[in-house]
Amino acid sequence: MTPSSTLETLRTDKRIVIAATVIIGIALAVLPFIIGSGLGNSWLRILNFALLYIMLALGLNIVVGFAGLLDLGYIAFYAVGAYLYALLASPHFGLHLPVWVIIPAGAALAGIFGALLGAPTLRLRGDYLAIVTLGFGEIVRIFLNNLNAPVNITNGPQGISGIDPIHLGGFTLAKPISLLGFTLPSLHAYYYLFLALALFIVFVTIRLENSRIGRAWVAIREDEIAAKSCGINTRNIKLLAFTMGASFGGVAGGLFAGFQGFVSPESFNLMESVMVLCMVVLGGMGNIPGVILGGILLTILPEIFRHGSGPVQLAIFGKILLDPEALRMLLFGLALIVVMLYRPAGLWPSTTRRREFRGDSTNDELKAGE
Amino acid sequence: MLEVTGLRVAYGGIQAVRGITFHVRQGEMVALIGANGAGKTSTLKALSRLLNAAGGSIRYCGKEISALPAHQLICEGIALVPEGRGVFPRMSIVENLLMGAYTRHDKEGISTDREHVFSLFPRLKERAQQLAGTLSGGEQQMLAIGRALMSRPKLLLLDEPSMGLAPLMTQRIFEVIRTVANEGMTVLLVEQNAKLALEVSQRGYVMESGEITLTDEAANLLANPRVREAYLGE
Repeated sequence: MTPSSTLETLRTDKRIVIAATVIIGIALAVLPFIIGSGLGNSWLRILNFALLYIMLALGLNIVVGFAGLLDLGYIAFYAVGAYLYALLASPHFGLHLPVWVIIPAGAALAGIFGALLGAPTLRLRGDYLAIVTLGFGEIVRIFLNNLNAPVNITNGPQGISGIDPIHLGGFTLAKPISLLGFTLPSLHAYYYLFLALALFIVFVTIRLENSRIGRAWVAIREDEIAAKSCGINTRNIKLLAFTMGASFGGVAGGLFAGFQGFVSPESFNLMESVMVLCMVVLGGMGNIPGVILGGILLTILPEIFRHGSGPVQLAIFGKILLDPEALRMLLFGLALIVVMLYRPAGLWPSTTRRREFRGDSTNDELKAGE
Repeated sequence: MLEVTGLRVAYGGIQAVRGITFHVRQGEMVALIGANGAGKTSTLKALSRLLNAAGGSIRYCGKEISALPAHQLICEGIALVPEGRGVFPRMSIVENLLMGAYTRHDKEGISTDREHVFSLFPRLKERAQQLAGTLSGGEQQMLAIGRALMSRPKLLLLDEPSMGLAPLMTQRIFEVIRTVANEGMTVLLVEQNAKLALEVSQRGYVMESGEITLTDEAANLLANPRVREAYLGE
């Protein structure tokens, strides 16, 4: 029996699925306590950011992985969500709307921006689309940077500070929450909120993938003319991919603003878009578990390099030869190159892509050969 | 069933199709033959609404379709097998066939039709779970035809089914096209291989530099000295 067929039997056995779900659930529930007490609060913050990046990567995966539309300006939607939260819940305008209004509004506004980007680029593909989306991302960032005059909307390069922390049902997540004699520290509370929303987005993405819409996205990615002649309204379905992907980015952006308490245009530069794209490609384009893995690894790896390279250099050379901050990006780049050389389909590719890259011709032939 | 009048197709200033008129009757197989660049594919692209016609009318079952969006044609019962096959390479054969039935919702009818396609092309059934991109050119052509049939079309548009195929494979594809036509399907076949196309068709149109220069019963065209000289290499 091949390893993949073992995995298949594991997946189909109901009891094993339930057991695995319970174990993963418990692991996710206790994870912040293990990390918080073992590695400290800075790593807990990194964990929270990993969850935000997972949401972003899953959103971009809809556009790039499913529909095959290369988007280099995706971080713009994150910025839209973040700035909407910042404007509606901070002293900047004196508005303090509740989070359950702002986050859905952020998703909707980001979705509208997604459609705005999608509409003029419907005829573009590949490199050309990448250039336009890249420009779009930069336009949004530059607008945020300059919309402080004549009317001060975004407060320009200084950004917006003093943003309200997320409030939920009378509790503020900025302070430890005491409930029934049990105290939940702030970072832990954020973790559970982000986890819940990330799980929701995972659920939505899985449902989308296995739906008529999901298949239409893949068909457009594979051959747009054939998709049209199969009766797919390629225009609407592509716009829907942009909108759905963007709205996930908007949700993550709103959470980011509430968590961070501060937003400024420089958080939304091209490098961030590239980073999210790397998560999708490196993890395994189009495959949800792969994209999640990519999101976790690419958030945590640079931090490990940042924190680890100093002590390691001290141990080997007795002094710090290279600035850890510079070394971080170097090692990170090397890691990307190595992964792409040895696992071109990503760390955890979908079965389809794995078969494609291995060049398997047929299952029947494999069976016949055994 | 299909009536094309004065159809013109232009790419920028260049006219690829210069006002052609032809028709296809219900249950008939009609071949549109001609050399490279004669405007055959442009004609078919205009019919399947992948290109906008520069002029003329396309009437299908009495209804003007030259302004319909491409994705609605399949609901009208027109299915296209695109030039160069156009299968979805990273989907399995079964998934490709299901995409053909994208606009349908009758599960039972879909699975009946899938079995019908498998009976027309047993090779596809053997490889049902294989990715379409790993099939040979001939098998991909079979899949493209099968996918088009999955929409239960009334009119099948075939664009160069013999392109890039080995002669033996071309023979087999044409046998199936003939079978499909015998089952009552109306077929418009665009083909460079004039001999094969005319052998399976009832009528034929010969296209040259964007115009239809000759039309007749397929058997007469096959016997026509001009056609024999220009397209059959005699």
